[in-house]
Amino acid sequence: MTDLASAYDLAVIGGGPAGLAAASLAARAGLSTVLFDETPGVGGQIYRGITSTPVTNRAVLGEDYWAGAALAAEATASGALIATGATVWSLDPSLQVGVSIAGRARLIHARRIIVATGSLERPFPIPGWTLPGVMTAGAAQTALKAQGLVPSGRTVMAGSGPLLWLLAAQLLRAGAKVEAILDTAPRLNWLRALAHLPDFALSPYWSKGLALLREVKAKVPVIRASSVEAHGDGQLREVVADGRRQPADLLLLHQGVVPNINLAMAAGVEHRWNERQLCFEPMLDQDFGSSVPGIAVAGDGAGIAGGTAAAERGRLAAIAAVRALKPDAAAPDPQAIRQALQREEMGRAFLDWLYRPPVALRQPVGETLACRCEEVTAGQVRHMARIGCEGPNQMKAFLRCGMGPCQGRLCGLTVTELIAAERETSPAEVGYWRLRPPVKPITLGELASLPIAEAERKAVER
Amino acid sequence: MARTADVLVIGGGIHGCSTALHLALRGLKPILVEKDYAGRHASGVNAGGVRQLARHLAEIPLSIKSMELWEHIEDLVGDDCGFDSHGTVLVAETAAELADFRTRVDDLGLRGFTHEELVDRTELKRLVPSVSGHCLGGVVSRRDGAADPFITTQAFRRRAVEKGAEVIEGVTVTALSRIGNVWRAETSAGPIEAPKVVNAAGAWADRIAAQLGEPVPLDVIAPMLMVTSALPAFIQPVVILRGRKLSFKQRANGTVVIGGGYRAQPFRDENRTMLDWRALAQSAKTVWEMFPVMREATIVRAWAGIEARMPDDIPVVGPSSTSEGVYHQFGFSAHGFQLGPGTGAMMAELIATGSTNVPIDGLSIRRFQGGHG
Repeated sequence: MTDLASAYDLAVIGGGPAGLAAASLAARAGLSTVLFDETPGVGGQIYRGITSTPVTNRAVLGEDYWAGAALAAEATASGALIATGATVWSLDPSLQVGVSIAGRARLIHARRIIVATGSLERPFPIPGWTLPGVMTAGAAQTALKAQGLVPSGRTVMAGSGPLLWLLAAQLLRAGAKVEAILDTAPRLNWLRALAHLPDFALSPYWSKGLALLREVKAKVPVIRASSVEAHGDGQLREVVADGRRQPADLLLLHQGVVPNINLAMAAGVEHRWNERQLCFEPMLDQDFGSSVPGIAVAGDGAGIAGGTAAAERGRLAAIAAVRALKPDAAAPDPQAIRQALQREEMGRAFLDWLYRPPVALRQPVGETLACRCEEVTAGQVRHMARIGCEGPNQMKAFLRCGMGPCQGRLCGLTVTELIAAERETSPAEVGYWRLRPPVKPITLGELASLPIAEAERKAVER
Repeated sequence: MARTADVLVIGGGIHGCSTALHLALRGLKPILVEKDYAGRHASGVNAGGVRQLARHLAEIPLSIKSMELWEHIEDLVGDDCGFDSHGTVLVAETAAELADFRTRVDDLGLRGFTHEELVDRTELKRLVPSVSGHCLGGVVSRRDGAADPFITTQAFRRRAVEKGAEVIEGVTVTALSRIGNVWRAETSAGPIEAPKVVNAAGAWADRIAAQLGEPVPLDVIAPMLMVTSALPAFIQPVVILRGRKLSFKQRANGTVVIGGGYRAQPFRDENRTMLDWRALAQSAKTVWEMFPVMREATIVRAWAGIEARMPDDIPVVGPSSTSEGVYHQFGFSAHGFQLGPGTGAMMAELIATGSTNVPIDGLSIRRFQGGHG
């Protein structure tokens, strides 16, 4: 793409609800704005394929999905440059963004950055989770939204969280057959959740959630399970839950989503441990500004709150950027948006406590893989922690866990929690990887293609 | 009450850990104080090259002493440290470079050093079949190799503790003062007293030297490295260049480590660096031209370690010029990893016996004092 400038007022990274809302607001207020998204179209995970999905029956994905179409249309009309197929692999405190588009790398500068990299699914490290035939529910949902793919064969779903139930409903509406849902949310979670029920009852998710549960439970047996294992020889054959065997061709796993923090962390943004959501999240001010001047983090990357809240957060971060760079430009009143955001966030505590995954499914033992890229077992990580390895960064050196192509995304929380468990301390004390860019792999050829002006060439050859 | 030791070692890089180990092996009781954890900076994240090739004359004796220890590293530290020995090759891209290399090898020969060997194009192709056809020959040091830097530094630390050293991590030395015949260090975990002190504080060593009244022109640098995902094995020796910045090696697990001296911006008080992607792109271009097989390789990580560089690119090793009982061991200028084992052994000998047979003339801190002091 040849029309990419070398500098912008605002660069938004991620084209989900937060990024789309932020880019539209900023561009309409007159900021030169670019939005990068690595997929072929905008929408993020929640509105994946919103401009191109082959699933035309609106009832299948539901009206909440189609709300994304308005956000996408608004962003397209706003004047922001929407760069899709654009993989951001670096962001640093000088507000320089490294991005690859169509096999060519570029470095661009922005006066403000909004990181809207969303969430990813929490690791679900059970025995057999790397067998062919086992995948995450999110991956199945992406296949449904983007390609209209519906699983055939005997499908079992396992885990907890609102998304599990939503996907079950979407798959059933699309004609899939689900043999069973293994509900792994501990029953005792109710005790912690109950105190937050009144807030949840006031949020828009209450009635929607109940309807969804009813819809799914009418069609699929739901079985409580405290342990789940995938068995098979080179291919999933059966799912074993608390000793009960269930023949299956496909097992979809999901136990909630966590902020995708790799880019913000690599940029030096300070993070903290969230004990309720059991994940790391960036430390942010009320405009979602981070510890690195000029970098804001919006959307679920700022802490899990869902798609509607993500858009509100994107707008608030964009208003802050407009006020800083173009104080005279017209921008919406943040107060109204803050109130709307508060309503969205109100029910979250209830969902977080109710669907909080149990220790046994977060902290595996023995031969179960913790790091699938480098094939490091939970037992190895526990052993190294017991003999003195204090943190994930030392663990990388000894076991190479977290050093494979996923850059630690799939094992980071597992490794931190395992070290904390073995050393009888908290994940907050143990900390997370020191994340090294590129946060997404790039080829040597792409990097070598980085345009270098003659003056710069002299400057770097020191 | 102050903790006491025979020797206080400041800095838990490979040099501090090696000196602590060798002191303990001589029956002395060292306390090593490290502000972060052993191997947190340059010692743990360098390219891992174990190289005698192309060294400054003043450090060749330490390099040779070190190589003897590297070749039996498991006996010394109880871990193989990932050390393998497939040689280092300095590749000549031009006739002028090859002529320079010939002069250097001849000069070393006259001084009695035989570890560097000139190779022609045929031998270069045999050693490094994947190298680009434009290369004319080079120099090989056949006993050189590479090791895992963090594992090595940790192995030295672990063995030092097993042999009686005390290692205190996460603790910073804030002041040094002389009380009678003893040095007293104020630290964030209370005072420590010892008659001898080793300053192995790397990129922070100038602060210790300044307190002792011998300031040094130390430059804080952060050489950058990149690593690729695993590729089928295609090269054994480490390859380095002279005209362009490159060090290049494939590890046993198939990953390729690319370095060579392009630098990130260091922030030593924040333990942080900021990478220079344009410089890394330059590095990628060099690899693109030298090793066509690498063009589709995937870069999975890039990083930089904070370390000290002296203006003449050789370290400061030996007794303080101002302070009885203090020894310096810093400023290794981006090539100190290989020197760790031997320098620690020499330093322990110097401290325990008052002298050493390893020549370290030319590395004294006095060279920065204009002939005074």
